[in-house]
Amino acid sequence: MLAMKGWEKAKYFVIRHHTGLMVWGLALLLALTPLVMRNPYNLGILNLIGLYVIVVLGLNLFIGFAGQISLGHAAFFGLGAYGSAILTATYGFPAWPAMMVTAAAMAVVALVLGVPTLRLTGHYLAMATLGFNYVVDSIFVQWDTVTGGPSGLSGVPPLTIGGLTFDSDLKFHYLVWTFALVALTLCLNLVRTGVGRGLAALAADEVAAAALGVDVRRQKIGVFVLSAVFASVAGSLYAHYFGYVNPDAFSIFKSLDLVIMVVVGGLGSVWGTLFGAAFITILPNFLGFLETYKDIIHGVILVVILLFLPQGFVSGLVDIIRIRWARRRIALAVSPDA
Amino acid sequence: MTTETVTNDILLQVSGLSKHFGGLPALDDVSFIAGRGQVTALIGPNGAGKTTLINCLTGVIRPDAGAIRFEGADIAGMAAHRVARLGITRTFQNLRIFPRLTVLDNVLCGLTVEAGASMLEALLRPPGLRHRERRLKLTALEALDAFGLADKAGWPVGVLPYGDKKRVEMARAFVSQPVLTLLDEPVAGLNPEETATVAAFIRQMRLAGKTMILVEHDMEMVMGVSDHVVVLDGGRRIAQGTPDAVRRNPLVIEAYLGRMSATA
Repeated sequence: MLAMKGWEKAKYFVIRHHTGLMVWGLALLLALTPLVMRNPYNLGILNLIGLYVIVVLGLNLFIGFAGQISLGHAAFFGLGAYGSAILTATYGFPAWPAMMVTAAAMAVVALVLGVPTLRLTGHYLAMATLGFNYVVDSIFVQWDTVTGGPSGLSGVPPLTIGGLTFDSDLKFHYLVWTFALVALTLCLNLVRTGVGRGLAALAADEVAAAALGVDVRRQKIGVFVLSAVFASVAGSLYAHYFGYVNPDAFSIFKSLDLVIMVVVGGLGSVWGTLFGAAFITILPNFLGFLETYKDIIHGVILVVILLFLPQGFVSGLVDIIRIRWARRRIALAVSPDA
Repeated sequence: MTTETVTNDILLQVSGLSKHFGGLPALDDVSFIAGRGQVTALIGPNGAGKTTLINCLTGVIRPDAGAIRFEGADIAGMAAHRVARLGITRTFQNLRIFPRLTVLDNVLCGLTVEAGASMLEALLRPPGLRHRERRLKLTALEALDAFGLADKAGWPVGVLPYGDKKRVEMARAFVSQPVLTLLDEPVAGLNPEETATVAAFIRQMRLAGKTMILVEHDMEMVMGVSDHVVVLDGGRRIAQGTPDAVRRNPLVIEAYLGRMSATA
């Protein structure tokens, strides 16, 4: 009897805290990964995935919840990287304050970009962000006295905490995934509150969302700013990890890759984001001689997913399973002996 | 001055409301009163301006002229989310629910104002917010129970039959204990049995002291549940009064009931 009670208690605990338990489980898995994965090349890829997870989590909130599209998130990512690189390498700023100052500046940039464009309906923001990325990319290439031009900036110092310097793939692994898991937790928190439901509502139907008390424009701008800050922080980490920045990593094509990561992961799916970022980052390693056609392959993936699973790959599949499951239960309720 | 129906407690007072779409009057100097705790019905043939009126009341569209006094304050032209925050909820003519969300989450969306956290607070989800969320979930589950949807809480709304979807939308509109609820054709597309269920529900809510404005085509249903009926035709108010008085009004019979009686 008592054992039964304990079992029930455990079951209740797992159900109630399943999201938190999944995050802790993932944290444990990632903490142990370097014990198994000793190859620095693989660890490097995992670090890159961590960086993209941070960007794509924010972008997915914006695309999947605010129902808008940004084709310029590589610009926020890039400005974060350049901001940290210029402040630390050129002006000798301490790294952590530089990261914060850059992120705050990106919030302002996103606000300035978002306020006029999110007022309009339709995909004006997609065009505005695309243009924004193009401008930012041009600045990286052209303004070589500050940005180092096409060859970029080097000599960005690694991040340190106390006496610990994050100067190896292994050390950076723990740093970047701490950031990624914090970002994941923040997104999961947001999604599981009234604010998150309001965002899901506004992505589905703006008129209905407004009638429920959601300030549609304000929430859209809020998520846009949030996603820009996430991208900026990831960019700063990127700069300190590689020690240099150059314009190639932050072009319009990178922005498209980020959108493809969102689509693979599934619109509005926080967990799917992990899969999307990992899949698209790992993919080139399996393409071999096809790597030259990477952009074509990414394009095909995007088109195929949007044709067959408009909600994105992972959440599209989950939706199909949920709907099948519910339909079966309805069928059982109608004819119990079936 | 026309003689308005005497109500002891006025919740909503619409006066001189007008709205033109490209020169065509959708609403032309419409005035009426909704008494607290009463069911006020807006009826009229297609194109009479009923939906335009309800959209003006909820801030979806901005009226050209006129005042909408809600608990004494003018809310004409106010943004939809601000109107909602005053405690005015609504259902939609063509059902606006969120098909990918579960039944429970759809109803929880009706508590958006009550959940009312800032984005920063939601990101951090402090214990106070968690506690509040848990209470809201209980409130939503109670509403599901009241609407006979408790066993479907976890289902995606998209798979439910039409009648159940309508009930989800009704549950969403009433879960927050609203001051005023606008029901835009709540029985459109329902069979007689389901219609009777909705009518019984409206009467039950009326007994519980809820104030409702009902836009409806189904005359029999309107007459059975309303305290006060306002008749619109061509954007103008052509009559108002008790259901019985309206039923006998020759203008109404000509504009609306005459056409209905052929099928009734």
